[in-house]
Amino acid sequence: MTVLDVQDIAKSFTLHLRGGLTLPVVAGVSFEVAAGECVALGGPSGAGKSSILKMIYGNYRTDAGRILIDDGAAVIDVASASPREILALRATTLGYVSQFLRVIPRVAALDIVAEPLRARGIDTTEANARASAMLKRLNLPERLWHLPPATFSGGEQQRVNIARGFIADTRLLLLDEPTASLDGANRDAVIGLIRDKRAAGTALVGIFHDDEVRDAVADRTLDVRAFAAA
Amino acid sequence: MSEAIATERTAYNFAYLDEQTKRAIRRAILKAIAIPGYQVPFASREMPMPRGWGTGGVQVTAAIIGPDDVLKVIDQGADDTTNAVAIRGFFTRVANVATTTRTVEATIIQTRHRVPETPLNADQILVYQVPIPEPLRFLEPRETETRKLHALADYGTMHVKLYEDIAHFGEIATTYAYPVTVDGRYVMDPSPIPKFDNPKLDDCPALQLFGAGREKRIYAVPPHTRVVSLDFEDHPFAPQRFTEPCALCGATGVFLDEVILDDRGGRMFVCSDTDFCNGRQAAGHRGRLAGNPIESGEGADV
Amino acid sequence: MCEEPLLIAEGLTKFYGARLGCRDVSFTLHAGEVLAVVGESGSGKSTLLGLLSTELAPSAGHVRYSMRDGSLRDLAELSEPERRLLLRTDWGFVRQSPEAGLRMAVSAGANVGERLMAVGWRHYGNIRGAAADWLGRVEIAADRIDDSPKSFSGGMRQRLQIARNLVTAPRLVFMDEPTGGLDVSVQARLLDLIRSLVADLGLAVVIVTHDLAVARLLSHRIMVMKEGCVIEEGLTDQVLDDPQAAYTQLLVSSVLQS
Repeated sequence: MTVLDVQDIAKSFTLHLRGGLTLPVVAGVSFEVAAGECVALGGPSGAGKSSILKMIYGNYRTDAGRILIDDGAAVIDVASASPREILALRATTLGYVSQFLRVIPRVAALDIVAEPLRARGIDTTEANARASAMLKRLNLPERLWHLPPATFSGGEQQRVNIARGFIADTRLLLLDEPTASLDGANRDAVIGLIRDKRAAGTALVGIFHDDEVRDAVADRTLDVRAFAAA
Repeated sequence: MSEAIATERTAYNFAYLDEQTKRAIRRAILKAIAIPGYQVPFASREMPMPRGWGTGGVQVTAAIIGPDDVLKVIDQGADDTTNAVAIRGFFTRVANVATTTRTVEATIIQTRHRVPETPLNADQILVYQVPIPEPLRFLEPRETETRKLHALADYGTMHVKLYEDIAHFGEIATTYAYPVTVDGRYVMDPSPIPKFDNPKLDDCPALQLFGAGREKRIYAVPPHTRVVSLDFEDHPFAPQRFTEPCALCGATGVFLDEVILDDRGGRMFVCSDTDFCNGRQAAGHRGRLAGNPIESGEGADV
Repeated sequence: MCEEPLLIAEGLTKFYGARLGCRDVSFTLHAGEVLAVVGESGSGKSTLLGLLSTELAPSAGHVRYSMRDGSLRDLAELSEPERRLLLRTDWGFVRQSPEAGLRMAVSAGANVGERLMAVGWRHYGNIRGAAADWLGRVEIAADRIDDSPKSFSGGMRQRLQIARNLVTAPRLVFMDEPTGGLDVSVQARLLDLIRSLVADLGLAVVIVTHDLAVARLLSHRIMVMKEGCVIEEGLTDQVLDDPQAAYTQLLVSSVLQS
């Protein structure tokens, strides 16, 4: 069953502050991802891998083409959806994990991780229990759980972010270098999380700089150089 | 006829104001009676006394007084204070009316700060001198806005002041000019009478008129109108209570003034309504200090 | 997705004489949505807030609002009592200057309790209880309930203003630069408080700010205004991460990276 159907999308940036200079990024991008499938985006830096992920998430606008996501009840085109539809999609169907945590002042790590569950109506006790299990799996020391992550190390913040990204059940999960700069043990933990998601039927699209991780989780790799814009 | 006599003797029209002015004020009074508690603007005149000395009350009295009326004027409950004596003298001169200090004999009672202890009757009119007629002024300095609040009966914020009293003093500490709702509609400042007198406004058989000369407003409580003091469910309105009776006439359940007797802390509490106190003494009632050589028995000056 | 919008603005235009305040602004706002209106001083964002909140009368256009009884009403056609009731029950307005939004002459408790008294609460104990509860929710110590806001710091005053607005459980709150003029550390605390209250209570908010970081933290959607017109709008992260208009790109590039 196809969860994500990308049809002929294109993206360029117009830099008005540089005299209207246009930077083409990608064009003619088309691929499908089925439930339970993990597709890796490959290619060198600057090829547009992150831009494709951000277009799928609705974070970047799409100049042309369609990005169809099946949320279980309807198929929504992210490229033309209203902000409200994209927010609803993110709240139920579409997840995104980057390596950077956007820290919210004064909110404890455990609450940051549990928040997507509470937003889905799961009561605080269960949400916290699942958040605790997730943080334990990612080897975040328990003494940090009730502290706001602003003072955490980069690696600790990254694991809080991964825990938050993986905790909820989404039909489609986008991964933007989730294992960058993680040590071996934590990298293996993330590989385990990705495999669990796949087994549960989640469709995944990811960027993995680490070939070992990619080989461990991806069903196939899509070389983004094929979509280089003219 | 007597109007002509008055004019001849004083070179003023009867009751000082010209007839056109009196008509204008009477129209304002009629409107005020028709809309109980509503402040009717009127063209307040210069009077031969400073604003703030009761010119609002004086103009109302001048507009309603007739040659057969008997006038009583009280200030802080007393008939013999400067202001009361001056206003009584004024009307004696410009209207040649009879005056009295006895509540029961008066047809018009002009007052500042008190409602007489003796119950009023349907043949009497009580005229209040009002310094600040606007009960919402505490919360809202803009006249345009207070008029809008009255028009919309938007009075919820009146309770903010009462809330503040309870928060700071444990009770509603407002003791004078305690706001009331008239006839279930307008919130009114009953003028600076003690809240002790508020219950007397309710269902009163006499017509009550309020004149604010400086602020140019007239308002009224018609006879037998419902007048309710604002309060909270769990802090109901309560008038002041006095623990001891009047030192001169022994009356209880009346409003008392404190009188200092000497430099050693000696004091007594006596009726603020001098006419009421004198009447009781004349009827043989005696308080703790009555007949005491310090006191003349004429009542207390305050 | 098919639920009715809370507020619909259509072609809102305001001229001050010959000078343009804002022109042809249209949008819809749903329950629980936070819309940030960004732009520099004079861009028309405060005029827009004034039009939405009925403090200003539009030169053209309409604002419709879904009342608590479910009816959709043109705000210009509300009677004055209806308008006032709306302002003090279903709406809140948090102003940049707490002195403009508070009664500085009465205690913190009375400031919070005022709206309750205005809608007919007449039990002192209940009013005080609700005020104490709200002071707690905005992190003001219970023993400050009888203190004047004059004795409060700027951040505390702003939190008090928020409590005063939220005590009647409004569905829509207007905020005009709520963190303006506060120290950075105080700002952070206030923003976090606003963020959690908005999420917990499911408030719809229209927030005017020139601070893109505030917009990013609080809002779902953003409208960029320049010279009275909306020049770009959309999902907050999309507008900030992939700005299209030249002016938006300039605004975004002017933010210091943290």
